[in-house]
Amino acid sequence: MPVNFVPSGAEMLRILPEIILVLAGTLIMIMEPLTRPANKHFLGKFALASLFAALWGSVVAHANPGPAFQNMLIVDGFDTFFRILVIVVGILTVLASFQYLKREQSDSGEYYALILFSLVGQCVMAGANELIMVFIGLEISSIATYVLTGYLRDDKRANEAAIKYFLLGSFATAFLLYGIAWIYGLTGSTNLTEIRSALMDLQTSPSVMLVGTAAALMLVGFAFKVSAAPFQVWTPDVYQGAPAPVAAFLSTGPKAAAFAIFVRVYATAFDSISARWEPLIWISALLTMVIGNFAALVQNNIKRLLAYSSIAHAGYLLVAMTAHSEIGIAAIMFYLAAYALMNVGAFAIVAHFSRRRERYLQVEDLAGLGWKQPVTAGLFAIFLLSLIGVPLTAGFFGKFYIFKAALEADLLWLTILGLLTSAVAAYYYLRILVVMYMHEAGEPASTLPPPGAGLKTALWASAVGTLILGIFPSLVLDFAGRSATLLK
Amino acid sequence: MDHILSIVLFTPLVGLLVLLFIPSSNARAVKLWANIASFAGFLVCLPLIFRFDRTKDFQFVEKADWIPSLGASYHLGIDGFSLLLVVLTALLGFLAILSSWNAIQIRLKEYYAYFLLLQVGMLGVFMALDFLLFFVFWELVLVPMYFIIGIWGGPRRVYAAIKFIIYTLIGSVLMLLGILMLYFEHYSQFQVLTFNIADLLQTDLSGTVQWWVFWAFFLGFAVKVPMWPFHTWLPDAHVEAPTAGSVILASVLLKMGTYGFLRFSLPLLPDAAKNPTIVNIMAVLSIIAIVYGALVSLMQKDWKKLVAYSSVSHLGFCTLGIFALNPAGIAGSILQQINHGISTGMLFLIVGVVYERRHTREISEYGGLLRIMPVFAIVFLITALSSMGMPPLNGFIGEITILQGVFQMSFNWAFWCVVGILLGAAYLIWLYQRTMLGEVPEKNTGLKDLSPREIAVFAPLLVWAFWIGLYPRPFFEVLERPVAQIVERVRPGYYAERNLRNPLASPSPAARISAPVPAGD
Repeated sequence: MPVNFVPSGAEMLRILPEIILVLAGTLIMIMEPLTRPANKHFLGKFALASLFAALWGSVVAHANPGPAFQNMLIVDGFDTFFRILVIVVGILTVLASFQYLKREQSDSGEYYALILFSLVGQCVMAGANELIMVFIGLEISSIATYVLTGYLRDDKRANEAAIKYFLLGSFATAFLLYGIAWIYGLTGSTNLTEIRSALMDLQTSPSVMLVGTAAALMLVGFAFKVSAAPFQVWTPDVYQGAPAPVAAFLSTGPKAAAFAIFVRVYATAFDSISARWEPLIWISALLTMVIGNFAALVQNNIKRLLAYSSIAHAGYLLVAMTAHSEIGIAAIMFYLAAYALMNVGAFAIVAHFSRRRERYLQVEDLAGLGWKQPVTAGLFAIFLLSLIGVPLTAGFFGKFYIFKAALEADLLWLTILGLLTSAVAAYYYLRILVVMYMHEAGEPASTLPPPGAGLKTALWASAVGTLILGIFPSLVLDFAGRSATLLK
Repeated sequence: MDHILSIVLFTPLVGLLVLLFIPSSNARAVKLWANIASFAGFLVCLPLIFRFDRTKDFQFVEKADWIPSLGASYHLGIDGFSLLLVVLTALLGFLAILSSWNAIQIRLKEYYAYFLLLQVGMLGVFMALDFLLFFVFWELVLVPMYFIIGIWGGPRRVYAAIKFIIYTLIGSVLMLLGILMLYFEHYSQFQVLTFNIADLLQTDLSGTVQWWVFWAFFLGFAVKVPMWPFHTWLPDAHVEAPTAGSVILASVLLKMGTYGFLRFSLPLLPDAAKNPTIVNIMAVLSIIAIVYGALVSLMQKDWKKLVAYSSVSHLGFCTLGIFALNPAGIAGSILQQINHGISTGMLFLIVGVVYERRHTREISEYGGLLRIMPVFAIVFLITALSSMGMPPLNGFIGEITILQGVFQMSFNWAFWCVVGILLGAAYLIWLYQRTMLGEVPEKNTGLKDLSPREIAVFAPLLVWAFWIGLYPRPFFEVLERPVAQIVERVRPGYYAERNLRNPLASPSPAARISAPVPAGD
């Protein structure tokens, strides 16, 4: 194979979003010490602008589809979908962070730079066509998020969360790396396309047992990243300890990227041994839904509640994964988009409501918010109803597509159990609504200042997005469907 | 294509959007606007009545792409059955809002907003000809009702609201499963993805599939009706809900369940619906509901709870009529659904009237109201007679028709119906006696009789009750075709075998949408 180390122009265009994000992140790091504390907020605005530029970059990259850097990366519809998704998550997070960081008196460039770097990793994951790239993307994204989790240095819980996340995360990534090593040993390649053909070819195919073990090892790594049972234990602690906007980011951006690569590896490279991994994911999906939904029932801390809810949602996504079909992949894509909007919205409200040092995090603290700040509460209600899956919100069609895909793949029992656990889930989301609308207003709700402009924009954008996806799902679904068809 | 159904459907929504811009500090403007909007909602549905052609099936049909990749469309249309329910919804929606004028004092704007949203959902359920669209409206109804019970309800409102929504959600997710099974079955036969009900009717389903889909639908609909033993959310919800909420819940929301049986379970799954096991189970559950509901009503000390349990009993008649599977049973059932909407709606309004004055619903707190509130007592008398099925009121016509249908099916069923009717008369007469006759307790001497606004709430319902009672023919004529469609679908050749005139055979065979078709490929 002739190796050309000088990338062509087209290849550079294909990684335009990554280039923009890396440059912007580095610039912010350089500007950080040169900016007076009073002007730090300017760095946030710069990060925001660069995210919009990256969004534009993804569209440009999409206009030049194809592989880049000796097939290490691939720009296709699937990649573009996830790039745009994680960048939008980034934009919403940055918007929701302005007020939060100012309140905590920790407005600094590092925060934004870390978010940008984490997004670079996620974009790489979305487009990776090579296990080494998967690993690199995952690490770039993860290391930035470990730091972000412990961003509030003086907060004990944040420190604990960061350490926990880092230790467990590294451990899980080690499993992933070990799995990659096995695969390389068995097939002689780390390229997904080549692995696929090696496994497809019955003559040269290595023992199914060994490949299965390798796939299982990698599964541990991915299951950790998407917080699927039985590797979900870190999630509530980390989301609780992390600053609320970071929790919003963690529960959506890295999760979406991890699902993207999870799908790409299992649906393309390991397509031929699907009989081996489908049962594993079946069990994991059921466990994740049951653990997530039932544990959330007894939570009083909103962040922990949303963390368990986020575990449960990973379970629904795994149901679609088990379906192992193009429709299933499209359902995963749609669901992640819907989930990103509603979950960032919900966490952003928590970030705003919790006040300085995140004092108010109990469900009861929200008492009477519906009457003190009808607009904020109304937006929260939209996010919660969408998380329940009530029609006319994105969450409904998300669940609908997932269970439709599962039913089409004859996963009747998984569908029934999934639907039932999702009905159980209604209870804990409704509890928040009950407290907001049916209890007398307490001190926390009465003293809540109105949301700032950035936060307001993020909330309205998420809410409008949630409703649009709920009423006209075709807008996103058709694109997801086309991308899923081209994936293989 | 004309857009009258869309106009009817979205008038409350437009009202809602305007309402959001009225400052909540101006209570009078909020109330006034909500009443205007809901009255407009009623007025726009009147042309439906005048332009309805009873020789055709689905009319005023509108269709537009919604989610082409799934085969779901924005597809509306009504037949005689839906027409009655749409008009009932529009009328009761307006009356419920009118009746809230003094009853609701706090958070007015939100209250009326939820009512208008509820109105959209309910109208949508009865108009949708696309199964997915139907489901969307079906679920949409839950949210405003949940808030109405939970915010403006009585002391145990939160419990009641959560119970209401969890019960119905579990029922409806399983119903969704049934819908999807049907959808895929259709796809595997025709290679076309569609949620269009007329297309789904063409699917040739095996006995087992029908059996499972029937039970999936059953859970969704039976919780809503509610059939025994899924009824336990109903007394809680009714007792805790504000008056207008109870009215809508009883008069319209419960009908969504029976509507589901008649629109979907029977025509889509004819073999399951006439399967003797299923028919017997349905009949037994209905009979238990009739007798049990009536007996429990007899025991109540709380006025509103009594009315709530009487709903369980009355809806038992409706479901029993449905599973008699003959024209009389089904037509009677539909008419009785309307009757129940009218009379139970009024019963709840009556409880609301005294509750507003005395803030108690204990039956023992009242007595002798006939002397203090004569107009009210007369209205209550007529309502009670209508509810217990006395001629010349509406209830009589409905119950006698159901009885006729049920009798053709089984003598035993008819016997239990009669027992239910007698018990119904007993608890209503006894209630009347305890509250309206006898000595006047000191506390009640100062009660005011009905105000003109309250009379205006009752008047249209009373007129309707007498109309159905004295001249039910137009109603039966409107129902003739929809009923015949269902019967012919479940028991093909029913009319021919018995030498009855088949309403479908008359003038226009062109409009037959759901006529039986030869088995698929």
